[in-house]
Amino acid sequence: MSDGWTDGNSLGGPLRDVLGVDLTAAVGRCANCGTTGPLAEGRLFGPAPGLVLRCPGCGHPLLRLARAPGRHWLDLRGLACIEITTPR
Amino acid sequence: MARAAVPGRLNWLVARLAEGRQETTTAKTLVLDVPGWPGHLPGQHVDVRLTAEDGYSTERSYSIASPPDGARLELTIQRLDDGEVSPYLTEIFSVGYPLELRGPIGGYFVWDPADTAPSLLIGGGSGVVPLMAMIRTRIAAGSAAPMRLIYSTRRPGTLLYAGELRRLAGDDGDLSIDVVYTRNAPPGWTGRAGRLDAAGLSQLAGPLDSGTRCFVCGPTGFVESVARLLIAAGVTARQIRTERFGPGGEAS
Repeated sequence: MSDGWTDGNSLGGPLRDVLGVDLTAAVGRCANCGTTGPLAEGRLFGPAPGLVLRCPGCGHPLLRLARAPGRHWLDLRGLACIEITTPR
Repeated sequence: MARAAVPGRLNWLVARLAEGRQETTTAKTLVLDVPGWPGHLPGQHVDVRLTAEDGYSTERSYSIASPPDGARLELTIQRLDDGEVSPYLTEIFSVGYPLELRGPIGGYFVWDPADTAPSLLIGGGSGVVPLMAMIRTRIAAGSAAPMRLIYSTRRPGTLLYAGELRRLAGDDGDLSIDVVYTRNAPPGWTGRAGRLDAAGLSQLAGPLDSGTRCFVCGPTGFVESVARLLIAAGVTARQIRTERFGPGGEAS
């Protein structure tokens, strides 16, 4: 995604690979500063060696995703909570 | 609902180029046939995957430009001279060639055709692409939801969808279209020129009340600047949805 987007919208496909849901509209809370908002609004850095989504409030890493063929490493330590809306 | 998470993994599909449409000297619309395409909402994107003969593979996200239309899908690609994917898609990729893609992706930057609230769409450069999908879907769906587009671009030669925008402007009282030229306006231009600022926004945005939904898409700096202007104009952060793309390319 080097000439691609730079926010959490573009994590939709990669995260759905691992978790099976579209998380762009999911609301996350930064474990560092408490800023709460849709993951789509996070700032995305990458692609190498992995994708890093940072908090738009404080810059703290919210999420890290590294990928290799058939394997994924997902680090969610920077998110205190994620609220996911699903069809009823 | 547009904002509910859609469960299930996405499979890679094989699209084929049915037609290429040159939009500007550096931007091209790819009209794709995608057997098995499940349909989409305006604002969503696809991931495109290119794989070289040696197995090296790379992915990019591209906004969908077209309204839902069966197995047909249009992407407008801005060529970036130092890009890895866009030069291939705009210059080499030819009618009948296959392309791997998956989608639709995204539940956030999405306009719901059933929504009757007014929308303000603000695009910088190729950030207009998903906004165009919203306008085209509004028309295809026969929606009467008020929609305004403010489209910031460098000069007439970088204007995407020029003919269609001209036809649409003034077509329908509930759809307004304004272009802002940041570098060179055409001779005799009576619209706004220069970077979109507070005065430009207040002139072009129309009434901004608590029910207006704002969609802002473009280069990172453009999006941040417009979001700040909207907040300063009294719009709340919850009314604004944004989508940013990287450095380089067609700036606002």
